[in-house]
Amino acid sequence: MPEFVQLWVYLASSPLFGLTATLGVYLLAQAFYMRMQQAPWANPVLWSVVTLACGLHLTGVAYPSYFAGAQFIHFLLGPAVVALACPLWERRALVRTYWRALLWAALAGGASASLSAVGLAWAMGLPPDVVASLATKSVTAPVAMGIAEKIGGVPALAAVFASITGILSALIGKFIFDRLGIARTRVGWMARGFALGTAGHGVGAARAMQVNPDAGAMAGLALGLQVLLATVLIPLCNSLL
Amino acid sequence: MKSLTGLGILLALQSLGEVLSKGFHLPFPGPVVGMLLLLVVLQWPSAREPVIGCAQFLLSHLSLLFIPVGVGVMTHLDLVARYGVRIFVAVVVSTAIGLGVTALTLRWLIASKAANPGAPDA
Repeated sequence: MPEFVQLWVYLASSPLFGLTATLGVYLLAQAFYMRMQQAPWANPVLWSVVTLACGLHLTGVAYPSYFAGAQFIHFLLGPAVVALACPLWERRALVRTYWRALLWAALAGGASASLSAVGLAWAMGLPPDVVASLATKSVTAPVAMGIAEKIGGVPALAAVFASITGILSALIGKFIFDRLGIARTRVGWMARGFALGTAGHGVGAARAMQVNPDAGAMAGLALGLQVLLATVLIPLCNSLL
Repeated sequence: MKSLTGLGILLALQSLGEVLSKGFHLPFPGPVVGMLLLLVVLQWPSAREPVIGCAQFLLSHLSLLFIPVGVGVMTHLDLVARYGVRIFVAVVVSTAIGLGVTALTLRWLIASKAANPGAPDA
């Protein structure tokens, strides 16, 4: 037995552990998600984070030694943000036709989501760093972290709030759109998809792509637009307030 | 090989983005400047093909890339235990508002453009 313990101590402290655990847990969560017919509650990010956090907690592995390995995955967020130009570019015809409508809808949706989150959090007496981390909740996590850090938030919290927001948007989107009478016509699907990408970034966009191709195209576009608007406007609003 | 070229282009643009962002004190972080640069580079077919292959791979696994930071919430468990319910309320309500406002605004703007196609809009 002591040999096993030694081996575990060695493995748990090497970067190989964090990297393998992250990829392994994600693949399992993804398989589970597929098995559940991509039900929003089975979201692979949510369950991977919960599983890994509980696993690390139970085995007593500290977060920094886990991150030493997981950082190799984390690093790919940079090129992934650069790659967001591709869905924007592929939908340039849509942008050319509707750019004014899209810009206003993205502004209205992004601002209302961010301001209502900040307003509610402030009214309920949450500490300022938590409030600041909520401001970026509709922006894709890698960018949200950067903005949150700039305005006095906590990057890890911003990433978690963004992930929860994305998952929630996928869960409640259909209910909200039906309630508001957004029809299932082409324009209706465009509005539904754009709203999912605006309020729920990557996770909402993934949901939209599953449901309808028009909705999916608009969601990919909305995600990229939200990144551009939020990186400029959130720090600007923060410095004015 | 092709997707490796794509990754090379993405990393090069991100680096260039970092340089421009820091050098000119731009409001955008390096990767976002890289994204804007890529919009220009995509006009060029010989760069487009490898980049789009690599981008599709990265973006289809975007959710994997959030996990390392997401797990970091375990270092803030005290905050979550204390304010979890209030945070959840703020997130649920604001997400519903964001979804509704965006969908209604866009539907209204597209409908008014369709009703008046000659208008000097986009």
